[in-house]
Amino acid sequence: MVWINAAVQGVLLGGLYALFACGLSLIFGVMRVVNLAHGDFAVLAAYLALAVIAAVHVPVLWAVLVAAPLFALVGYAVQRLIIQRSLDISPLTTLLVTFGLSIVIQNALLEVASANSQSLPAGLLTSGALRVSGQLSLGYLSLLIFGTAIVVIVALQMFLARTSMGRQVRAAADDQETASTLGVNVRHVFGIAAALAFATVALAGVAFGMYSSFDPSAGPQRLIFAFEAVVIGGMGSLWGTLAGGVILGVAQVLGSQVDAGFGVLAGHLVFLAVLALRPNGLIPSRSV
Amino acid sequence: MAAAAAPVTVRVTRSRRPSYWTAIGGAAVLAVLASLPYVVYANVTDLLVNFIILLTLATTWNLLAGYAGLVSVGQQVYIGVGAYTVLVLSGSGFSPFLAIPLAAVAAGLASIPVSLLLLHLRGAYFAIATWVVAEAVGLAVLRVPSLGGGTGATLEGLAGFDPAVREALTYWSALAVGAVTVVGCYLLLRSRFGLDLTAIRDNEVGARSVGVRILSAKRIVYVVAGAGAGAAGALLIVSQLNVQAVSIFSVQWSAYMIFVALIGGVGTVEGPILGTVIFFILQQSLADRGAWYLIIVGTIAVVMAMWVPRGLWGLVDDRFHVRLFPVGYWLHGAVTNPGKSPET
Amino acid sequence: MNLATEAGEAVAMIGANGAGKSTLLRTLAGLHRPAAGTIHLEGRDITAMPPHERAAAGIVLVPEGRRLFPSLTLEENLLVGTTPRRRGAWNLARIYELFPWMAARRAMTTVFLSGGEQQAVAIGRALMTNPRVLLLDELSLGLAPTVVQRLYDMLPQLLGAGMAVLLVEQDVTQALRVSGHVHCLLEGRITLSGRPAELKPADVEAAYFGLAHRGGGSG
Repeated sequence: MVWINAAVQGVLLGGLYALFACGLSLIFGVMRVVNLAHGDFAVLAAYLALAVIAAVHVPVLWAVLVAAPLFALVGYAVQRLIIQRSLDISPLTTLLVTFGLSIVIQNALLEVASANSQSLPAGLLTSGALRVSGQLSLGYLSLLIFGTAIVVIVALQMFLARTSMGRQVRAAADDQETASTLGVNVRHVFGIAAALAFATVALAGVAFGMYSSFDPSAGPQRLIFAFEAVVIGGMGSLWGTLAGGVILGVAQVLGSQVDAGFGVLAGHLVFLAVLALRPNGLIPSRSV
Repeated sequence: MAAAAAPVTVRVTRSRRPSYWTAIGGAAVLAVLASLPYVVYANVTDLLVNFIILLTLATTWNLLAGYAGLVSVGQQVYIGVGAYTVLVLSGSGFSPFLAIPLAAVAAGLASIPVSLLLLHLRGAYFAIATWVVAEAVGLAVLRVPSLGGGTGATLEGLAGFDPAVREALTYWSALAVGAVTVVGCYLLLRSRFGLDLTAIRDNEVGARSVGVRILSAKRIVYVVAGAGAGAAGALLIVSQLNVQAVSIFSVQWSAYMIFVALIGGVGTVEGPILGTVIFFILQQSLADRGAWYLIIVGTIAVVMAMWVPRGLWGLVDDRFHVRLFPVGYWLHGAVTNPGKSPET
Repeated sequence: MNLATEAGEAVAMIGANGAGKSTLLRTLAGLHRPAAGTIHLEGRDITAMPPHERAAAGIVLVPEGRRLFPSLTLEENLLVGTTPRRRGAWNLARIYELFPWMAARRAMTTVFLSGGEQQAVAIGRALMTNPRVLLLDELSLGLAPTVVQRLYDMLPQLLGAGMAVLLVEQDVTQALRVSGHVHCLLEGRITLSGRPAELKPADVEAAYFGLAHRGGGSG
């Protein structure tokens, strides 16, 4: 029974990972770019929320209303000023530049905020739980995060499938040149996609900050988990990313049941196994 | 179509005058450096050891990224393998100094199975996968109590040495590693294999169509880079006398390699040298500024990547057409664009 | 070269491979920047305009090889054409009128359509932008002659509404049949121009292969 509880916790943890990963998946699916600073931006969002709460004394969820739109703007700017420019030079340049950005953000946070672990106050959410049975309880926070992940994925899918801008994004992702000759402003459209991705990063950062403690160097770990979720689930598919997140979460929680320090390593091993056996992931829509 | 011109004879040579001076100058520099332990205090030679560690890492990383097109963010796994190999061998009675080349070999061997797993991946997939491998190995090592676990392990085998002698021997080992790495990479790139690599870098499909075996070429480069990182790791543990899993398997090492490459330039032998010098100077002068040093260096690296993609040596090369380590070919006689350097 | 088109007119560019025909169309669409010279659309200088603005200005390209969007359904492919938001007679209903078979397949992916069907979708997609100038790049490539014929039979309808068409064709017979004016391109230069009715086949052949310029340094 302990194992079932662990598995369920893993599934819920997967929701958090999926929330992290859907921004990464969107950007990669559209532009073939991996932003190595993805995790650090999430941590930045958590610190931003902390600052907002300290300044204005509002509940955490209100801080999201500030962070998400702000990050959307930041994402648009980063895309058009930095990532697009790097893409124009070479795809490897985007890796190097975003890696540099990651280091800069981490150390800037270190200077501004100190290396101490912090946490976002989640109030009632942290302690409350839904008791399903004697040994199985679902934390309200975990449920909320999982629910948010589902809502975000649905919203992104609907954006891509039903809106004119979403259609332009998909067209530009397929064939930038042809799309541009039909009137699609590819750079602007990529900026919109990045804005959406960064908004989800803000959500993920705040969620993570409520779920566990964070410090300036927490970013790279989040990036790795997000990337593992995307790869396990299959590149280019948002629902695949959810599946990947869930599998990763379950692997990690079950792993730590086996032995306290083994959780993260278990996740890495599952990732490497998927890479070896099914490199396109479990629900591939694009190939590696 | 132009009327047929008289046939022009073309002479192809490998080197020009600057590189002869490089060879002579390099030997002289090496001789001077080798005599340093008799002349200066240990803090200077220690500094140089750290410089050479960085240089070795940067040169091999550049080989991987600049010539095989493989951006690895996980070379630190081989640094760790090298360091822990020395630890284990020293624990069995081996002299740590003699263990350094063995550590390089061990790291090279370790890179073979990893290459089988990862080399078919491209771009970001490859980069992050290398990072995950490094993280996974680091986590695994943490769980092995005999290797020190979380607190780290001390290198015992050098306890009997007089400190000055130990530092001098460390320094000379570092010189050897550095010289072998730089000269080795240069010779590798100058060889027929180097030509294959340049072809792969410039146009993989074209290279395959003329018979270049892409995967095995990449594998060779990956193994050489792994061995180089292993040697650097061995030097690290010998100079620091202890090792900690968390720090030696840290992605921070990759950050250093990448920054050096971006500053100095990727794709030439001189680039990593110039980049290491500048990075090292920055590191030393900003050392007491804490996190600012990485903020500044990181920003410089990002700016360089976007505005000076070929790095500072690229600028020098464009302007003065100098190659201290010539790996290309010069055409004499059929120059139609006098302003353009015919060397690649 | 100097090139001009008029509303309601179809101008054809013919020439061997590598003559520069597709490059010309792509430059007109904004995908290449000309080393020298200018491009004017209805009096406006569009030389510096990026491709997406040119589509908004009314010049659109049907690219060589169709290049439909594989992730989009047939209808979505057509709808991408509404991006420039130009006013005009063309909308989904009219496209489905022009190509009745499309309506039934509107929700399907275009990957499994035949070459001719894909070409029709590509044309429809371009028409949805309500262009003033339609650039057709190698329509006949990979298609059976009857299919090509049926596609070109549509042309008078488009021209009648005031559109100008600039088409690049490997198939010289088709080009001469459908256009009001033809240019022959060789190595980036126009070697022959004129109305198809007035051109002798021998002249066309000579200009196509560059035989007319023997002794002048080309061919």
